[in-house]
Amino acid sequence: MKLIYERSQPGRRASALPRHHDLPQPPVLPEELRRREPPRLPEVPEFELVRHFTELSTRNFGVDTGFYPLGSCTMKYNPRINERLAALPGFARLHPLQEEEGAQGALELMWRLQEILAEVTGLDAVSLQPAAGSQGELTGLLLVRAYFTARGESEQRRKVVIPDTAHGTNPASVTMAGYELTHVQTDARGNIDVDDLRGKVDEHTAALMLTNPSTLGLFDENIEEIERIFHGVGALMYYDGANLNAVCGISRPGDMGFDIVHINLHKTFSQPHGGGGPGGGPVAVRGMLEPFLPVPAVVRRADGGFGLDFDRPQTIGKVRGFTGPFGVFVRSYAYLRMWGPRLREMSETAVLNANYVLARLKEAYDLPFDRLCMHEFVVSARTLKREHGCTALDVAKRLMDYGFHPPTIYFPLIVPEALMVEPTETEAKETLDAFCDAMLAIAREAADEPELLKGAPHHRPVKRLDEVRAAKHPVVKYGFGEEVAAQLSGRSGVSGSASEQ
Amino acid sequence: MTQHPFLALTESDREQMLGTIGVGSIGELFRDLPSAVRLGRELDLEPALSEQEVFDHVAELAERNADASRELSFLGAGMYDHYVPAVVDAILQRGELLTAYTPYQPEMSQGVLQAIFEYQTAICELTGMDVSNASGYDGTSVAADACYVAKHATGRAKVVVTEATNPQVRQVVKTYGAGFGLEVVEVQHRNGTTDPDELERAATDAAAVIFQQPNFFGCLEPAPDLVAGAAAAGALPVAHVDLLSLGVLEAPGNYGAALALGEGQAAGNFASFGGPHYGFLAARNEFIRRMPGRIVGETVDAAGERGYVLTLQTREQHIRREKATSNITTNQTLLALGGLVYLTWLGPRGLRELGETCLSLAAYAKQRLRERAGLEAVFADQTTFKEFAVRVGRNAHEVVAAARERGVHPGYALGRDYEGMDDVLLVSVTERRTPAEIDRLADVLAEVAR
Repeated sequence: MKLIYERSQPGRRASALPRHHDLPQPPVLPEELRRREPPRLPEVPEFELVRHFTELSTRNFGVDTGFYPLGSCTMKYNPRINERLAALPGFARLHPLQEEEGAQGALELMWRLQEILAEVTGLDAVSLQPAAGSQGELTGLLLVRAYFTARGESEQRRKVVIPDTAHGTNPASVTMAGYELTHVQTDARGNIDVDDLRGKVDEHTAALMLTNPSTLGLFDENIEEIERIFHGVGALMYYDGANLNAVCGISRPGDMGFDIVHINLHKTFSQPHGGGGPGGGPVAVRGMLEPFLPVPAVVRRADGGFGLDFDRPQTIGKVRGFTGPFGVFVRSYAYLRMWGPRLREMSETAVLNANYVLARLKEAYDLPFDRLCMHEFVVSARTLKREHGCTALDVAKRLMDYGFHPPTIYFPLIVPEALMVEPTETEAKETLDAFCDAMLAIAREAADEPELLKGAPHHRPVKRLDEVRAAKHPVVKYGFGEEVAAQLSGRSGVSGSASEQ
Repeated sequence: MTQHPFLALTESDREQMLGTIGVGSIGELFRDLPSAVRLGRELDLEPALSEQEVFDHVAELAERNADASRELSFLGAGMYDHYVPAVVDAILQRGELLTAYTPYQPEMSQGVLQAIFEYQTAICELTGMDVSNASGYDGTSVAADACYVAKHATGRAKVVVTEATNPQVRQVVKTYGAGFGLEVVEVQHRNGTTDPDELERAATDAAAVIFQQPNFFGCLEPAPDLVAGAAAAGALPVAHVDLLSLGVLEAPGNYGAALALGEGQAAGNFASFGGPHYGFLAARNEFIRRMPGRIVGETVDAAGERGYVLTLQTREQHIRREKATSNITTNQTLLALGGLVYLTWLGPRGLRELGETCLSLAAYAKQRLRERAGLEAVFADQTTFKEFAVRVGRNAHEVVAAARERGVHPGYALGRDYEGMDDVLLVSVTERRTPAEIDRLADVLAEVAR
């Protein structure tokens, strides 16, 4: 389809703005600061705008469209009431620098959300400021650093331990926080290899970063021993909350021994993922870490009102503007209030759904660790690859033809041809069965008609896309016709303009 | 217990599923959890509410806020009350876009991918840059991202930020800098703007120089001279800009900035008490492989048709892990899409008119505050865009409180961030304010100031 820039015609516009012709002339801008060439923004009437973006939406697939078992992302239903509430003028048009007395409702909502998250994680204090999980990780590691600096141990403790199943954000955050990585292996049951761990944790260790259940969808059976190892040498334990959807109301990170937790509001607590964001990555901590949390803190004042506390001399500072992505808090707060203590049913159902799908897929896909799973599981397509030349990628692309979004693939890295499936609590048994039927049919197709998989998808708006070419010859913005010739060099039979569809 | 509206399984579904799994109860599914780490009680939370009850409760909280529909507001200081047209809401509420995630599977996600490609194009057009990422968290974190880029591109471990840059941007850069080993040096303003020679001297051995245009006081910096000063010292010039100024102000790429970034809220997002919004980050082509975050590129499909994919992913954490250019994964795509829809709505003429209207209204406000309230702009000889600092003759917090009692929020008290400015207000005027409202501000300040 056309780009919005290709629908543009000079002279058209979608906006009419208020003009004040009786005002004095605006100041004359210094010549060297004045815009010379106008930016080539699209020029379209309003209905063209609406049609264009509506057409784009028809070329996209969300949870509202259908089943989206993208492992580690918790693609659950996002209630519509969340959107109505976040759009209320009292929230949407509230300025973040409004005086505390003019923002009591917003501050109370944040304070109440903090209280709920503290109870769900089993920890003492919460900062809502981080914008997403990875910023929560960085915040957590900066808290670790501040804690050991205050104890005079920051020079000594340089190492952060991460298992080989970790999300890529964990090692990236470790580097950004200025720490050194210590990798630890996974044992034959899919737990952290405790023997490997013992030799690697000592007085130079600052922290462990762990996702539990892990990215394999397995709860670490040795978590108590791991806790003793880290706390035994005075190190801290960080919990990556990406998989919190498995254990709400069942087991709390604080009770597992973790000192710092980040929560992904866009995963567990129903902030829509928005095609890539926004998210929310609040951090919950044990009491001894509270003085280091980002400023301002949202507090309940002695008079019962709510306020912002900037007076935290030991704070790590700020990781984001203001007090965080407030609209995300409105949605997650509403969601949590609609569950209350029944949150346990949410996690139980997520775990039941995952185990059911796993039980049905076992016969056709390889299972790297034959255990019950938590809210997600990882199977492998390595037998399909060895016997029929069909990869996890081929399975994923073929699933699209059956109307499903593919699972996460090729992650975690320790499982070859990995397919990571997270159904969430949202789905009905009929949907799960249809997905399992499709996965089993694809496994049969791999044997009978492997080219069906290799040529997939067959029924999407585009065929399989050439990602290698995109990286080799990056075209990252529209060329406005000027650069078309240059962009096309090296391509055969492709039109750079929008002749298709 | 009644069936929860967000769950689908019936009792008989559960029994069949447990049978297929081969366990007797849901409790058995959790047998790998040691008993010591189990909660063993109900969560101590208030009982579940129905949708209607949660609406009433949360709407009551919203009622208790003095938002810009209830109070005539001249608050800006980084977040602005620009008009958000209905088309933005309509597009962002399309479930296919709203409830999708990062487009790892491009054949399922051409809508979002093409939208990001169009967004990148708009950001490059506005800033005069070659490459834009798909968004960062906000206008503060993208500045920290730029420092990370600059540190690795130059091998230097210092960054200079002008004091006239948004204080929250400076704070976030310092917080991040403490992590990856970056010294942060600030250069004072001189009568509201930055002296290029002073900046150049401070930039010796610096990886980057960050300045804001228009700056935090609303004043126009001598941006081309600041860029030249930074470049002369071998530092990367980084411009923190307001997208909505770029219809009337020159694109940073056209005066030599290496990176351009900023807070996108003003362009298409509600203030929303601080978020979510989008940070934009654009750069010259030479930095393309050092960019943090997602980038969408054009390619072709197996049939030779044009399509879009996430590209240059070897920069990113899920591939490069500890050697990634950033740890970011979830970004602000939906809000950036709001920005694209808004900028499309404006078009080049609308953008220019908007800039001119802001200039006119702010100039009118300056004039009225002088004539009606006897208040002088602090940096009277500087050109300003949509906000300006004004001395109110007494503690600005007291002035804010007194004006709010009269239904007007007159602006941001700069004494929070700058010494010697306890009696200074930063007044912001967007196209949403009318001349009559500005007159009212002047009248109220005439009563409560001095």
